[in-house]
Amino acid sequence: MNEPRNNAQSTQGGEGLLFWLAGLVLLVGLPVLNVLPDPESWVHVSDFTLNRFGKFLCFGILALGLDLIWGYTGILSLGHGVFFGLGAYAIGMHLMLTIGTESVYGSALPDFMVWNQVKELPLFWKPFYSFGVALAGAVLVPTLFAFMFGFLAFRSRIKGVYFAIITQALALCAWLVFNRNETNLGGTNGLTDFKQLLGFRLSEPGTQRALYILTVLCLGAAYVVCRRIIRSRAGRVLVAVRDSEQRVLFSGYSPANYKLFVFVVSAALAGLAGALYVPQVGIITPAQIGVLPSLEMVIWVAVGGRGTLVGAALGAVGVNWARSVLTNYFPELWPFFLGGLFIAVVLLFPDGLVGLFARMKEKWVASGLGTRKSLPASEAGGQEAQ
Amino acid sequence: MKSVLSMVLLGAVSLWGAGQAVGAEGPRGTTAAPPLSFIDKALTDLSSGDQAKQDAAVLLLSEQGDPGLLPKLEEIRDNADRSVRLAIKPLMDLLKNRANLASSDADRRRSAAADLGSSGKPVVIPWLEAALAGESNRWVRYTIEESLALIRLASDNPDDKINAAAKLGELRSPNAVPALKELLLQAGATDATDQQKALANTARIAIEQIDIQASWANAFETIFRGISLSSILLIMSLGLAIVFGLMGVINMAHGELMMIGAYATFVTQECFKAYLPAGLFDYYFFMSMPVSFCAAALCGLILEATVIRFLYGRPLETMLATWGVSLVLIQAARVYFGDLTSVVAPSWLSGGAQVMVGVYLPYNRLFIIVLSILCVAGIYFLLFRTGVGLRVRAVMQNRDMSSCLGIPTRKVDAYTFAFGSGLAGLAGCALTLIGNVEPGLGQNYIVDSFMVVVTGGVGKLMGTIVASLGIGGLNKLLEPSFGAVYGKVLILVLVILFLQRRPSGLFTIKGRHADA
Repeated sequence: MNEPRNNAQSTQGGEGLLFWLAGLVLLVGLPVLNVLPDPESWVHVSDFTLNRFGKFLCFGILALGLDLIWGYTGILSLGHGVFFGLGAYAIGMHLMLTIGTESVYGSALPDFMVWNQVKELPLFWKPFYSFGVALAGAVLVPTLFAFMFGFLAFRSRIKGVYFAIITQALALCAWLVFNRNETNLGGTNGLTDFKQLLGFRLSEPGTQRALYILTVLCLGAAYVVCRRIIRSRAGRVLVAVRDSEQRVLFSGYSPANYKLFVFVVSAALAGLAGALYVPQVGIITPAQIGVLPSLEMVIWVAVGGRGTLVGAALGAVGVNWARSVLTNYFPELWPFFLGGLFIAVVLLFPDGLVGLFARMKEKWVASGLGTRKSLPASEAGGQEAQ
Repeated sequence: MKSVLSMVLLGAVSLWGAGQAVGAEGPRGTTAAPPLSFIDKALTDLSSGDQAKQDAAVLLLSEQGDPGLLPKLEEIRDNADRSVRLAIKPLMDLLKNRANLASSDADRRRSAAADLGSSGKPVVIPWLEAALAGESNRWVRYTIEESLALIRLASDNPDDKINAAAKLGELRSPNAVPALKELLLQAGATDATDQQKALANTARIAIEQIDIQASWANAFETIFRGISLSSILLIMSLGLAIVFGLMGVINMAHGELMMIGAYATFVTQECFKAYLPAGLFDYYFFMSMPVSFCAAALCGLILEATVIRFLYGRPLETMLATWGVSLVLIQAARVYFGDLTSVVAPSWLSGGAQVMVGVYLPYNRLFIIVLSILCVAGIYFLLFRTGVGLRVRAVMQNRDMSSCLGIPTRKVDAYTFAFGSGLAGLAGCALTLIGNVEPGLGQNYIVDSFMVVVTGGVGKLMGTIVASLGIGGLNKLLEPSFGAVYGKVLILVLVILFLQRRPSGLFTIKGRHADA
């Protein structure tokens, strides 16, 4: 993309501080406020709020991966819902199997199989009795799938709009396939009604709190990993691919390999996000992995700020927060708001919230102290044209 | 065992029929009254309540077969109780159908002949034969012959039966298959007579002929469905492809411009209903086509001026912004129009044409195919035979140089975008003929048409045409064996594999781009 990135350097120190501050608040602050004060007090964080934040932070993990590929490498993937879904379904299948005979029909089979007259557990479900396999599957299945898809796509130099369209078609196909009953993945209703995870009841606030803390830790780890990638030499190549793929190619690098690498990493993060999402939200349906959700994921990153990791996570949390508030009070207005956000973020603040803050800070510095020159607001550029 | 039973039943039924005939002779012989009065007597017998008299009267009247009696019968029916109504119903149907055989409308004649054939009553044979003699329409003749053969096949005369079976085979009549299979079953029984076996032989040949015809008809229909889907995809993709080729912009709101076209059609229809005489209603579609084109083009112009203009050279951002526009438009339509509205197709587009036995082509689909061909021709003319088209092509090939040569490239962009949007509106107008008008209308086809554009390549009309034919055709080809969902998945896989070999689509403008 052609947004200025030179301000990224100046915000990096602030980014580190923000990371530790946010980490402290999220990891210690919210759970403590959830446990300690009496429920009537205004500083009390309810179980519901904590759980909701757990969900937002899962999306934050996904947004980090998406930022790697879109914000840093300039490849727009409109199919990340698929990878998210693969991770979510892997854990969801394990959770379905651990329901056991607690289900509505009292059968060892998941309820939807009883409805669909499936007599025996399909073969591909069987490994998911083991939590280890399910967890590994939640990350490895999307990774492998992304590897195959990315290999084919990048090898033949499908890029730009073409790649976006192909991934969107992928999301559509995945949605269609997961919706079918004969694939034994729960059809339209998806997987739900989970009871326990590793023996802990999912309905217990304690379990949810632990899952929340786990999510925060994963988000932190994902952030550190992404930052290491960005700061490494490979990360510089990725940014170079974004800015001018041809030059990278002519300089003797193989952009396809770097693109494949970053695509796979971001798919793995999406899978991880899905795996953490399912036990906290308690349901996964095809509607969460289709074309529209995949596009929404992109908008989280755009709203937060492309090309800054903090921005991506911030955008995911912010947009979803706005969503849960708006759909609660004005359900009819949400599509207008979301659509407006798509347009506004592209036209008015292409650097997202983080860019907006940075610009405001620049202005403040420039006007208040007059010692630092403000950075150019935008740069012309059209390297990306087709 | 079962076949024996059915034979016995058949025999019983025919005996009963014969008995009835004798019974019908009775009153005629004994009273010896003038014909008019015995018809009157039969009419009174109908409501007498005596079962035997009633049946005799029904048979007599149906042999008489005078449709002129219908008003009287209706009168009786309206005053009678349920059992009488039930008894009169088949009689009235026969008479009505006989009257319809002489109708001026070929469709009515045909359905009357088909109804008479399925009634299975031997009394209708002379009526049908008379109708056949005076019939000139090919498909009405076909149906009459089919009905005649079907009735004869159910008769008792073995020669008639064999002839009828052979005739049905010649006619390739799919309606005859159950009856013919029944004959095969009867001949398969242990106590089958030689006659039955000979009949079964004929029937077997007939069934084979019919099956071959059916498989041809099936293949033909698959092809037609493929072309029909392709033509819809084509109209949609044309606008998308032109804009993509010119500006490198994929307009995600293209589907919603289609929706606008569809709603424009709907509104035009409502206006015709409300403000113009009913006689003009059938012509609203001629009005709605330009209206939907203009409505969508206007929206496109606004969209270009307010959003897309600021995003040239940033195709990915344009995708996101236009997707936002599409969300807003869908929700706006949902709030304003509600969830489901539908357009009544004009009467001249309902129905269809039969081209061979078992193949029926609906006029609305044919209309869409013709429309798409016209669109292609129109675009071809516009792009390659006019000065405007020359400019558009120049900008497509080299924007900077065209600009240097004094072509107002931004203006060309705006007009081309509006034109592409107008085509989307036209596609939406056409879609109202085959489906409901709903806010999500555009979403159903949009991913497919993106695929068409990507597969077809940038900047060449031919690519779009070939790709939409290929994707539409493949879709319908794979659907019967894989199901709609897996067919779609398979197409995605095929497109990805195809792009391995040709990363920028089927046809591309040749140039010295490292990227191309």
